[in-house]
Amino acid sequence: MSLMGLRRHADLWLLGSAMLLCCVSPLKAEVKNSEHESHSNSNITGIPIVTFKWEHVETPYLVALWVLVSFLCKLVIEANHHVTNIIPESALLICAGFILGGIIWGADLQQTFKLTPTVFFFYLLPPIILDSGYHMPNKLFFTNLGAILVYAVIGTCWNAASLGLSLWGCHKGGAMGELDIGLLQYLLFGSLIAAVDPVAVLAVFEQVHVNEVLFILVFGESLLNDGVTVVLFNVFDAFVTLGGAQIDAVEIIKGIISFFVVAFGGSLLGFVFGLLMCFLTRCTKNIQIIEPGFIFVVGYLSYLTAEMLSLSAILSCVFCGVCCQKYINANMNENSVKTVKYAMKVFANGSETMIFVFLGISAIDKTIWVWNTGFILLTLLFIFIYRFIGVFIQTWILNRFRLVPLEFIDQLIMGFGGLRGAVAYGLAVMMDENKIKEKNLMVSTTLIVVFFTVIVQGIIMKPLVKWLKVKKATESELTLIEKVQNRVFDHMLVAIEDISGQIGHNYMRDKWKNFEEKWMMWLLMKPSARKKQDHVFNVFHQLNLKDAVEYVSEGESRGSLEFIRNDSAIIDFKKKLGEDIFDTMPDVTADTSFDHGIVLPDRRDPVPSVSLEMHEQTMNGLREMEDLNSHHLLQEHLYKGRKQHRHKFSRNHLTINTDEDEVQEIFQRTMRRRLESFKSAKMGMGPPKIISKHTKKEQQKAPNGMKRNSGDEDFEFSEADSASGYDPSYSYRSGGGIENPAFMADLDPVVPVQIPPWLAEAELYSGAVSPSQRAQARPPLSAGDLRRLAPLRISTRSTDSFMMADIPAAEQRRDSFDLPPPPPPPPSKDGRHQ
Amino acid sequence: MILPPPCPAPLGCSSRRELEAQTGSTMGGTQTRVTQLDPDLVERTGFSPEQINNLHKRFQQLSENKETISRESLNRIPALANNPIRSQIIEAFFDKRNQHGSEVGSLEEITFEQFLMVMSHFRPPTVEMTDEEKEAVRREKLRFLFNMHDTNGDGTITLAEYRKVVEELLSKCGTIGQEAAKEITDAAMLEVASTNVPHMGPEDFYEGITFEHFEQILKGLEMESRMHIRFLDTATVHCGKS
Repeated sequence: MSLMGLRRHADLWLLGSAMLLCCVSPLKAEVKNSEHESHSNSNITGIPIVTFKWEHVETPYLVALWVLVSFLCKLVIEANHHVTNIIPESALLICAGFILGGIIWGADLQQTFKLTPTVFFFYLLPPIILDSGYHMPNKLFFTNLGAILVYAVIGTCWNAASLGLSLWGCHKGGAMGELDIGLLQYLLFGSLIAAVDPVAVLAVFEQVHVNEVLFILVFGESLLNDGVTVVLFNVFDAFVTLGGAQIDAVEIIKGIISFFVVAFGGSLLGFVFGLLMCFLTRCTKNIQIIEPGFIFVVGYLSYLTAEMLSLSAILSCVFCGVCCQKYINANMNENSVKTVKYAMKVFANGSETMIFVFLGISAIDKTIWVWNTGFILLTLLFIFIYRFIGVFIQTWILNRFRLVPLEFIDQLIMGFGGLRGAVAYGLAVMMDENKIKEKNLMVSTTLIVVFFTVIVQGIIMKPLVKWLKVKKATESELTLIEKVQNRVFDHMLVAIEDISGQIGHNYMRDKWKNFEEKWMMWLLMKPSARKKQDHVFNVFHQLNLKDAVEYVSEGESRGSLEFIRNDSAIIDFKKKLGEDIFDTMPDVTADTSFDHGIVLPDRRDPVPSVSLEMHEQTMNGLREMEDLNSHHLLQEHLYKGRKQHRHKFSRNHLTINTDEDEVQEIFQRTMRRRLESFKSAKMGMGPPKIISKHTKKEQQKAPNGMKRNSGDEDFEFSEADSASGYDPSYSYRSGGGIENPAFMADLDPVVPVQIPPWLAEAELYSGAVSPSQRAQARPPLSAGDLRRLAPLRISTRSTDSFMMADIPAAEQRRDSFDLPPPPPPPPSKDGRHQ
Repeated sequence: MILPPPCPAPLGCSSRRELEAQTGSTMGGTQTRVTQLDPDLVERTGFSPEQINNLHKRFQQLSENKETISRESLNRIPALANNPIRSQIIEAFFDKRNQHGSEVGSLEEITFEQFLMVMSHFRPPTVEMTDEEKEAVRREKLRFLFNMHDTNGDGTITLAEYRKVVEELLSKCGTIGQEAAKEITDAAMLEVASTNVPHMGPEDFYEGITFEHFEQILKGLEMESRMHIRFLDTATVHCGKS
């Protein structure tokens, strides 16, 4: 432990010195620069080979450096898990900020770097807010929206008013000595510090996994009340500017009206921008690569526009994210969705890190610190107490309406989760020193409140949650059956409401759903995306994907792909392989079908388990890539040779790297094998001959060399097979390995085009799904692995559903080759194909 | 709209009297059936007298003032027309197993009391409940759900039975039809089998989901806090058009 501490210390020290360097470097640079200037002045005719231009890059350079430093802090902190288990990361980041700030102070004797409101509100906050909105669990959020709004609006007003008034009362009572603060200023202070901070709350609550309802209440409240607190702050700020004498009933009413206008206007604006965003993503089919950019830009614009119209920017951004998520996720390419999600997280997490670090740094500044024991301690006390009182009262009222009441323990955690954060600090710094004499006291008090709540309450939170045995979140994913049950649930509740004639939540939800399906989807969603809107089906798809990944990795971990020997497994193998790589390369299935040279009746229809949209787009856009993709797919999983990557660059396409050398190597190896088998064939073993012959053919006709390669892949397979004791050609013929029907057709024109089973199925039942890997019996990985076969038995009746689907393909295959379908093949049959 | 926690089962005779008094007053003499009903209704179903009244009004509306209600009258509810699992739910009302008895089989028509018994499965939990009570409620709700799936009443949900549910569930989805339902059922069944019987011999055969397994699988769904609707307490119920 101590050793680790030491290491951490050393790390920090290292960081510190790096910091020092970058702080001092401007000074040095200046010196150098002036030297340089004098030098160049005296010697104008010469051309300087290298010049050092610090001023030129100063601002962006510093920004980049600070980002880097903050990230490094996080890196160091997260490297020590036993520390973050006890102390939340946010607290540690603030501490790191203290240290950095100390170093800067030591070097400069002033605080050069501070968290300014502009930077905070314009650059650091929006990504976090957008991220929270975008990743908001919508159903949960809207189910609890009433409670959240109560906490966010009434709770915040309550906090602000009670704190302001109490402090004012204490002031009058003489508890804090001589201070030049009036009632309005106290209320202003109260309003800025009233709001629970989403950044701080999320940072702490993410580490303690409390149950969903509690989480959404605290988190939703913190998000929405930021909007509220900013509004309150502005109103009171205006009041302070007006001065006590000017305020009459009219002004107060105006203030209240403006409060609602600002809050609801902001939300509405966000909603509009959300719709705009959905609509945009509906049309980005041809510019997929910058698709994710729209989300960020429009999201940011919603924030800025609200700011411009002096509406609540935070609310606007939240609702923009909340409204758009469903539609854009359906509209966009799966890759783009992933990109958006990751980029969002990168920005949000980065901003959060920087906010905490800079909060720490900003604190190390002598000029802002004004100490007033009474004021500071009373503020802390009141904040803590009033938060609890507010939560209890509101929950008591809410519980009268809630069907599932909030328990006392939950209320305790909610009260305790009232962490203040950077928003309060940002607002405090924004105060006008001319109007508020004691600004510095307020800023320092805010800082102390922030540090106290984030660090102390943050640290206590985890043990508290454990000690109180708060209901934790269930972490496991929903299984398919649970999803189905959820569906049944929804419908059932609606039906019971219908029967009992009550109009309840479920009724409203159902109505909304119908409306949404009818209008919203039509307006905002691509037609192709609309088809896929089914949760059960989505889970089904997810399960398929998971299975695929497991399957391939299992095969890999066993060091061979012997399972492709199994005839029934081929289908699985292909599909799994396809779906596995689906993450990175959505068009595999499309490619394979393309490669197979089978003209599908309608290419858009057949395999809905793979995103059709992507399929289509790739068809249009990256036609030349297609062969490469399936090639890559094979390469990725089957060939682990020397890799010499030669990176290509394209701004418009994410190319999948295919390396010529590797291709060459595969080619050579397979040629060697083929030659060998050719020899053996000459000596009387028949089969491989054809293969080599056809490969030659294929080589000749291959236009760009890629076909040839995919042909070669077959031999990679065959090789594996023969290695495991089977005749290579057999498994090739019978559909073992990856078939290349283009190749097959070429091989024997009489043979009807072999339809791969999953396509056959798709043809038979157009619009049907490809069968689940789970539904299909899991293919045995080895003969001895019987346990995996067992579940097959349960579905004796249901297997027919896919068995039937498979039959045509299987029959065709049998017809054309007259081969027994299942494994151990007599090699003698191969002669027939000549 | 204010909903005081619904009266827990043991209510004194005062509430019974209250019920009679209220029904007398609200029904205004035209209908006095509730008063003739078993006054233990409050106790047995856990509904408050107001809720019973409301439900009774609804019942009469549905049954067209008859003593009993039949499948057809439930089928006629217009709001229900779009519900994919309509038939399952209606069937649940006529299932003797949902009457808190040990009988099996289905009824042709149900009385108000039976209607109420089925409805009582959807009461929300209250704060005052002890853990045992909660557990009992949970099992009851689960049992209801289970019975809905187990159409032949043999104690297991077989593949065919389950498939029927999923098929109906997906029948409105359009994009994926029966085939998908089959696949999904198979997958789900396999999932159940693999979670409940992890060590299945090659000879074993998984007949279907028993209640225990069902309970096991749906542990995570927090049935007790989700399977409920809001029964209105006040006298003004909007009964829709039907």
